[in-house]
Amino acid sequence: MNKLQFIDALKKETGITKPEAAQIISIFFDEMSEALAKGDRVEIRGLCSFFVKEYKSYTGRNPKTGEKVTIAPKKLPFFKCGKELKERVDKK
Amino acid sequence: MTLTKAQIVDSIQDKFGFPRKKCVELIEIMLEEIKKPLQKGEDVMISGFGKFCVNNKKERKGRNPATGDDLTLPARKVVTFKCSQGLREKINK
Repeated sequence: MNKLQFIDALKKETGITKPEAAQIISIFFDEMSEALAKGDRVEIRGLCSFFVKEYKSYTGRNPKTGEKVTIAPKKLPFFKCGKELKERVDKK
Repeated sequence: MTLTKAQIVDSIQDKFGFPRKKCVELIEIMLEEIKKPLQKGEDVMISGFGKFCVNNKKERKGRNPATGDDLTLPARKVVTFKCSQGLREKINK
């Protein structure tokens, strides 16, 4: 499912207009992006939580050529699946 | 600080001026629409944010760390997240 299909699904389930559905979805993801950009944690009960993990600079290797490369320090969002979602996805 | 549903509901309320109850309901329906495809094993891709993927994990042998007993962990499905380039840049700015 992509964003457009998501907007349509939200419109259908709620009866709000398409632009309203698009706005709600963008508010949701924008707020999460902004929180992570500030280094804050995000916790959406039932869905997931995110926190920003900092990685130090390290020497890696290009797996194709075997050359040594220095990887600059970076930050990445770390995703943790929520309990409800975890159970629903793995339902036997 | 942790961002939770409550603050997102606040933003929706500010933007639309709907009653709070309706805003809570809208968020819950939206979350359900994300969970539904994942439950069916379908990925959810949000451009500019990232992709929620369902991965099939194979059965593997493990060990109970407390007792040291061998055990088999059954095959299972897990949700993983792949951060988009845009979000990655935003976080590293």
